[in-house]
Amino acid sequence: MSVLGSLSQLLEIVVALLLAPLLVGWVNQWRAWLQNKSAPGLLQPYRVLHKLFNKESVVARHASPLFRSAPYIVFSCMLLASAIIPTLSTDLPLAPAADAIALVGLFALARVFISLAAMDVGTAFGTMGARREMLIGFLAEPALLMVLFSASLIPKSTSLATIVETLAHRELAIYPSLAFAGVAFTMISLAENARVPVDNPATHLELTMIHEALILECSGRHLALFEWAASLKLFAYSCLGLALFLPWGIAEAHAPLELVLALPVLVLKLAVGGVLLAMLETASAKMRIFRVPEFLGTAFLLAVIGVLVHILLGV
Amino acid sequence: MDAVLEPARWLPLDWVLVVAAGWLLVGVLGLFALRNLGWVAKVLFPAGGALALALFGIALAAMFAVPQTAVLPLGLPGLPFHFRLDPLAAFFLMVIGATSAGVSAFAAGYFRKGEGTPPGLLCLEYHVFLASMTLVVCADDAYAFMVMWETMALSSFFLVIANHRIGEIRQAGYLYLLVAHIGAIGILLCFGVLQANTGDYTFANMRAQHLSPFWASVAFLLALFGFGAKAGIVPLHVWLPEAHPAAPSPVSALMSAVMLKTAVYGLLRVAFDLLPAQIWWWGVLLLALGLVSAVLGVVFAAVQVDMKRLLAYSSIENIGLVFAGIGLAVLFSAYGMQPMSALALTAALYHVASHAFFKSLLFVGTGAVLHATGQRSLGKLGGLIRFMPWVAWLTLVGTLASAGLPPLGGFVSEWLLLQSFLFTPGLPSSFLNMLIPVVAALIALVAALSGYTMVKFFGVIFLGQPREDNLVHAHRAGPWERGGMVWLALGCVALGLLPVQFIQLVDTVTRQLVATGLGSTVASSGWLLVPVDIDRASYGPVVFLLGLAASFALAFTLVRRLYHGRLRRAAPWDCGYPWQNARMQDTAEGFGQPIRQIFEPFFRMQRELPSPFDREPVYRVVVGDHFWHWLYLPVAGAVERMSRWIGQLQQGRIAVYLLYSFVTLIGVLLVVMR
Repeated sequence: MSVLGSLSQLLEIVVALLLAPLLVGWVNQWRAWLQNKSAPGLLQPYRVLHKLFNKESVVARHASPLFRSAPYIVFSCMLLASAIIPTLSTDLPLAPAADAIALVGLFALARVFISLAAMDVGTAFGTMGARREMLIGFLAEPALLMVLFSASLIPKSTSLATIVETLAHRELAIYPSLAFAGVAFTMISLAENARVPVDNPATHLELTMIHEALILECSGRHLALFEWAASLKLFAYSCLGLALFLPWGIAEAHAPLELVLALPVLVLKLAVGGVLLAMLETASAKMRIFRVPEFLGTAFLLAVIGVLVHILLGV
Repeated sequence: MDAVLEPARWLPLDWVLVVAAGWLLVGVLGLFALRNLGWVAKVLFPAGGALALALFGIALAAMFAVPQTAVLPLGLPGLPFHFRLDPLAAFFLMVIGATSAGVSAFAAGYFRKGEGTPPGLLCLEYHVFLASMTLVVCADDAYAFMVMWETMALSSFFLVIANHRIGEIRQAGYLYLLVAHIGAIGILLCFGVLQANTGDYTFANMRAQHLSPFWASVAFLLALFGFGAKAGIVPLHVWLPEAHPAAPSPVSALMSAVMLKTAVYGLLRVAFDLLPAQIWWWGVLLLALGLVSAVLGVVFAAVQVDMKRLLAYSSIENIGLVFAGIGLAVLFSAYGMQPMSALALTAALYHVASHAFFKSLLFVGTGAVLHATGQRSLGKLGGLIRFMPWVAWLTLVGTLASAGLPPLGGFVSEWLLLQSFLFTPGLPSSFLNMLIPVVAALIALVAALSGYTMVKFFGVIFLGQPREDNLVHAHRAGPWERGGMVWLALGCVALGLLPVQFIQLVDTVTRQLVATGLGSTVASSGWLLVPVDIDRASYGPVVFLLGLAASFALAFTLVRRLYHGRLRRAAPWDCGYPWQNARMQDTAEGFGQPIRQIFEPFFRMQRELPSPFDREPVYRVVVGDHFWHWLYLPVAGAVERMSRWIGQLQQGRIAVYLLYSFVTLIGVLLVVMR
């Protein structure tokens, strides 16, 4: 474990914690602008977090300790996820502990705990949210795995660091398997992060909500942690997408200069990605919950096609 | 003279036989105290558990010992029982010992006075069941194997019908016995083919035979049929969701967690040990059957409304995954890719062990719930985490392991399985190469669906509000029940955190079966699980858990330090709706509804919807199995028609029977005179 490695690991965690709410604020701002509304400030998510942490937590009378520990567990999962994804550098001491498959497992762990917490209070909306979250989860999880597989077949490795290093050194060209995987990954990310065609982060319209229904009973610090975890998840998914499909600019081992440059490059990429996400959300309408299986099924098939294309064509 | 004076050296195999004999003794002692529950529960079951623990220790030692044999002059004259303890057998003994230790401890607190079989008799059946499973795994000739196999089937049959006053349980038991025997015929015929007309039914002789590919394939298919029936592989699975839930919970746990594994053992023994070489399409067949079972099992599990049936279907899923792993191992082995074969086999064996732990934990958890509430239906449970916290939190461990989540045991096996699919270095057949990613996708789907099922299982039973009023009085589990569950939960955690150590243990088994193992590769990387190469894939469950724990602790402390830890209890919010009650939560049917909709063609569904004019509207949905309708009922009908047709011979009049004898005699005379 080199000093530089530890440093980049620490930097990644801090950057993830700080940048994640900013990314959400950026997307919200752009979405408001695109929809001709006056936008909240860029720092609004931080203010919301600060406010929520200051408030006392109101918890249902019969809520169990599971309900109270779930926010911390989900938050830890997302933090660990953003620590093992190579956002700034591929030289991460924590990365060997979890490869691409374990990363998917980590997201699944968070999903199970947030769903269990939602079921714990036993309200109609909570269980409905849990059911829908698990529905999206079981459709998106295999699709995400297939996307990661189509990327990991190229270097014959599921280690994210190796994948990124290999992909960054390939010549610039359109690789058909990655093209399929990229489309699939975009669809999965929209679903997993409760974005518009699948869920609407801005709604509290009861019958359409998914993520909001899950955290309906949470307040104060619990809600703050869930919100922060959600923004970390968006950040982690964005960085995963960047690492797989636009890996240029991520520092490698023993390259301090690259590490210094990696941060502005990441911010630039995320800024462009955030605008694209806002445009995508503005341009599409939310679909009925029973269209979601088709949507995610398409993503799953695209990802499988990506893997097949790689095996058939070898690229 | 020296040989006499020298104290006899006891080998692990001898000790295994001692344990089996000890179990039989414990069982017989139960007969002397048929209705003395205190004696049976507080002395005999704990003694059985201690023997199980001893078996675990012995098997652990035997993993590294050279294979030993023993001949017991039991059974028919001139046909003694042969026993042999090699690493493969020792591995399965280890699983049997470790799991049944926890289950026996739980059983000590479980059995109560009640209807049905008296506790002393249950104790006998239970321990005969354990002993027969142990000896099946050690058997070294077809005769001993079949005797033990049938003893296992019979003792478990009697355990299944422990509550024989309920008609459905008797039916389930009958179905189980029927399928078990049809399967046994397959195994018997398989041994018949394997001995290749030599008349010597020892396994040593079978190993020495060189069957032609045709006869080897016949033997393999017969074994697949026989062991598949025991393991509950589709389409021979219909008995499993009937019989496993019918038994008392500790028995369900043993049947799902251990007995199914004896079928896996049998298949491995035949496919890798008794048959000289593997043929590639065996692997494809195993893979296909395993995947179909896994997908069907998990989809059916997701729509169940009875908690034990849900677990039984989930067993079909897990056994399907194990079969898929074995199939892959056969496929690689047939093409001479031994390292890949070892990886797939390690994944399958890993899943055998982790499934044994988490499924028995879940089954005994449902047993504790059943005892506390008297309810098996998910629709009448809820909120139990507040009334029985021990059971709930320990079951949560099993739930997470079963959902295949890191850092527990279920995840490691799925991880290894996916690794072996991903790094298929290129099979000689391009068709198979194209199949591999599709198969990996299916496994990913099964893993994700099992997460859905397990959230439903845990959430509906333990979380939310109690759906019935009397659940508030649910009592906590006793110390024996808790102790058993703690042991099983520790097993799940240990399998999750110590994959490196476990794989080094399994190394001897894979070395025996496919001549190579992962042990040396894995050992070099310390706490990190690296099956092939550090650049390829690695997984460090301990670091993973530490990372999670550290960020948990950090978040917790920082929130308290920088802000506060104030908390106020109030009524649930639920969007400000004040009249909400326990009835408004999702039911088990409701939670399964998306699955019913998405996988509709899988089910044979009968739905009754109420009309707006019904005075007492009823919504009823019955989810059935296509196989039952399209395969079993026609076969049963045909058998019945045929028996009726043959039954016409039986007229009940002496004159007719005399006529039969006369005609037969004439026929025989004609043949002889000619």
